[in-house]
Amino acid sequence: MLHIKDLHAGVEEKDILKGINLEVKAGEVHAIMGPNGSGKSTLASVIAGKDEFEVSKGELTLYGEDITELDPEERAHKGVFLSFQYPVEIPGVSVTNFIKTAINETRKAKGMNDMPASEMLKLIKEKADLLEIDRKFLSRSLNEGFSGGEKKRNEIFQMAMMEPKLAILDETDSGLDIDALKVVANGVNTFKNKDNAVVVITHYQRLLDYIIPDFVHVIMDGKIVKSGGKELAHELEERGYDWIKEEVNA
Amino acid sequence: MPNGNLMIEFMSLKEKLLSSYLAFEDNLEADSPIHELRNKAIKNFEQKGFPTKKEEAWKYTSLNALLKNDYSVFPKQLDKSIDFKDVKKYFLHDIDTYKVVFVDGVYSSFHSETTHDQIDVCLMSSALNKTKYKPVIEAYYNKIAEDDSLTSLNTAFAKEGAYIHIPKHKEVEKPIEILYFSTGNEAAVFLQPRNLIVVGENAHVQIIERHQSLSKNEVLTNSVTEIFAEKRAFVDYYKIQNNVASASLIDNTYIAQERESNCKVHTFSFGGKLTRNNLNFYQNGEYCNSTLKGVTILENKQHVDHNTLVHHIAPNCESHQDYKGIFGDASTGVFNGRVIVEKDAQKTDAFQQNNNILVDDKATINAKPQLEIFADDVKCSHGCTIGQLDEDALFYMRSRGIAKKEARALLMYAFANTVLESVKIPELKRRINKLIAHKIGVNLGFEV
Repeated sequence: MLHIKDLHAGVEEKDILKGINLEVKAGEVHAIMGPNGSGKSTLASVIAGKDEFEVSKGELTLYGEDITELDPEERAHKGVFLSFQYPVEIPGVSVTNFIKTAINETRKAKGMNDMPASEMLKLIKEKADLLEIDRKFLSRSLNEGFSGGEKKRNEIFQMAMMEPKLAILDETDSGLDIDALKVVANGVNTFKNKDNAVVVITHYQRLLDYIIPDFVHVIMDGKIVKSGGKELAHELEERGYDWIKEEVNA
Repeated sequence: MPNGNLMIEFMSLKEKLLSSYLAFEDNLEADSPIHELRNKAIKNFEQKGFPTKKEEAWKYTSLNALLKNDYSVFPKQLDKSIDFKDVKKYFLHDIDTYKVVFVDGVYSSFHSETTHDQIDVCLMSSALNKTKYKPVIEAYYNKIAEDDSLTSLNTAFAKEGAYIHIPKHKEVEKPIEILYFSTGNEAAVFLQPRNLIVVGENAHVQIIERHQSLSKNEVLTNSVTEIFAEKRAFVDYYKIQNNVASASLIDNTYIAQERESNCKVHTFSFGGKLTRNNLNFYQNGEYCNSTLKGVTILENKQHVDHNTLVHHIAPNCESHQDYKGIFGDASTGVFNGRVIVEKDAQKTDAFQQNNNILVDDKATINAKPQLEIFADDVKCSHGCTIGQLDEDALFYMRSRGIAKKEARALLMYAFANTVLESVKIPELKRRINKLIAHKIGVNLGFEV
């Protein structure tokens, strides 16, 4: 599904990603871990198509199609979803109106008609229940005055509504207490099926107790320096990142 | 021999107005106290002339181009009335309202729905001429209007407008619409409507004012509105400025508030060539609350100037200003917000916020907050921002599949929309929401 080969990207000729290689297949869950400043969030933004970052070298394809030149909305239409580490506050647009617009704009891009209002309502209710979001929350302005946990739950709610092919969760666990973490993980696990894929970007192993990864990758200084199974996450939790640094330098 | 008309063509608008006044004056009752006011006012105008950019308050707004038109000062009347179907959209037609409607400066009984049942919603001409209104006119007419040149010019010529008197403890159950239409019957017209609104103790009223030209001919309106809010009165006033590109408006509004009164003015400026809003609040009694809010969305070469004054005279009062502007193309906005807190106005809580988005490189905003504080125990704050759309917010929306153009429009819509929260007439709120969406070019896929 997602194929990344020797990807270099950065801002103003300074590479932050320095040769990323990653293969994500349908049905898989990948975790990307690494210390602060290693390039985890940059990788997420580059896949989602943030203008700020320039791809200088390498391949980035989705279902075999080169997406490096596509606008963020075009990538979204093809099934890429990014759950933001810091969701942006947009006063004046309610959660409901935002998600309706997002869904219908995506449908429009695919040549489909708007989702019928009754179907939309049913879907909103179902996904809101899944994420234990109450009705009042849905009529509030998007992310405005939301607690950290509410923002993240809202991100996963949007993911559940949009049913992307590739969901990238950027530090979705930060700012969550354990109960909220379980709710969010449950949302992700419910969404997960054999046709889609999830990339979890995290600093800590905690979330991976609830969203079990098939693969764990360690990113350092813009490169994936080690990959393994879910046991790698536990090892990182116990031993930190220094031993990997030593391994790499050796 | 040159005839009179030919001579007038060579006169400046000021000269034309001064000579027109002589003819106008001949037809007035000589002994009316209003007549005296008019004479004083025209002398004042003669002395001061039209404001120029040399005056601090007019630094960013020039009337020069407008004053070159050869306006008809006493417009000719159409033989027949305008059809309701042609103007229906300018009314809040889905709900029941009182209506005071004028066509080319003259009252249109056909389109109006006035009342004298417990409240007076009628005409200024009646109020000025009928004995029974004399006490109210004597107590209120021209009592808070200032003596600047444009207000004086209006005072000299004013003979028609809306007269609204709500006696004490009366809650008016439906909104009052004041509409001024101009038909384009002549190439250029100069209109000077005058409104007087007196809201008695503990009385409540909602008013919507609109000036609408129905043609592409030039219209310049110099309007004066005086509003008196007595003790605990509640006034909710909406100005809809969505006129055609050949219409200009100078709106001079004066609001005097007595103890515990609450007055709100929302100004929605989406159209017109040049609009100048001189909006003045005077808090004469303690515990008053004043709200001034506005949304301005401009394009092409439109120009809107909000010149506000909140004069805190008595202690323990609040004022709240929130103006948002979106300026596209080569449009220009001005926000000149003045707050004066007098020495006695202790415990004043004055808030002023002005946020602007410049959509195009050629658009301009001149923002000038002015706080003059003479009391020592007050809470005053002001904030002013000028910027572009938030790039992070744009990326966030685009990453959800919303195309760049729509994302920009939605962000602008959201930016402006927050001002609507305090619009208390649902039908009006829905209309303005639609106007904003239309103006910005966002196709709202949702009900608002």
